[in-house]
Amino acid sequence: MIVTDLIEILPLADSIAKIWYALPLVVVVSLVYGATRHEYLHEILTQSYRSLIWVTGFMAIIFAVIFVAGYWN
Amino acid sequence: MVEVVYPQKDGKPVRVDLRDPYWAAFLAWLWPGAGHFYQRRYGKGFLFMICILSIFIFGMFLGRGRVVYASFDRGDFRWQYICQLGAGLVALPAIVQAIKTKDGGDPFFVLCQRYPEGSGMGKSFTKIPPDIVDSGMGMPRNTYKDGFMAPPAGPIDQNEVDVLGMWHFEMEHMFEMGTLYCVIAGLLNLLAIYDAFTGPAIMTAEQKEKAEAKKKKKSSTSNDI
Repeated sequence: MIVTDLIEILPLADSIAKIWYALPLVVVVSLVYGATRHEYLHEILTQSYRSLIWVTGFMAIIFAVIFVAGYWN
Repeated sequence: MVEVVYPQKDGKPVRVDLRDPYWAAFLAWLWPGAGHFYQRRYGKGFLFMICILSIFIFGMFLGRGRVVYASFDRGDFRWQYICQLGAGLVALPAIVQAIKTKDGGDPFFVLCQRYPEGSGMGKSFTKIPPDIVDSGMGMPRNTYKDGFMAPPAGPIDQNEVDVLGMWHFEMEHMFEMGTLYCVIAGLLNLLAIYDAFTGPAIMTAEQKEKAEAKKKKKSSTSNDI
């Protein structure tokens, strides 16, 4: 039973590996957005950090919603 | 010369010298960060240049040099290129390649050559091994050439197997991922152009006060509940 469950979620592991491609995008988007809101490096980095957390959190919520929705099939 | 000043509640006001904003915006489009270098805002120039160019180059690497191409044919309307063009000079070779290959011409910087095999849904465009291409022995007459930043060769039809379909088949999700990286690089450069043209969207002292008052109001109402 456990083995069949594990086999069923194996494709998910492949999808999770693809999520890593989002990391450089999120970092770069946060930095560029931060740089358009401030002029000095310290403030840019603070703003970028906040944006990074916000974007990652938003993505995590979307991921959780889709993950849970998958159980309705 | 245009200088924008952002008054701050505490400390010195932030002063940004935009010099000629139109010229700075053009330079910022041409090469990410160049507009800021022109305005002597070196730190931000480096930041924009490294961030935008690195994801553009990484996207090109993922898509093996094929994800940025200009094609506006009926069968293959590459709308993504409009966004990628925001990255400036680095996306412009695609236009040169599109002009070069328009009437069936060969692209510059050929990456590989293919020939059609089979028919119907079993059709494929197999890559010709480099040693056969180099020697010229046994080369088919009509080959399709993949060029760096060149549109897919041959007719493109969603209901047929074509070179674009082969790119998707060979690169799997990397083709889409590479396209996305380059699209985002182009779009982010639009923010950099805006920053070079008008200066940063810094909150003024008045706006900050309003935001703080709003926050306080929110927290007091939540405490009452």
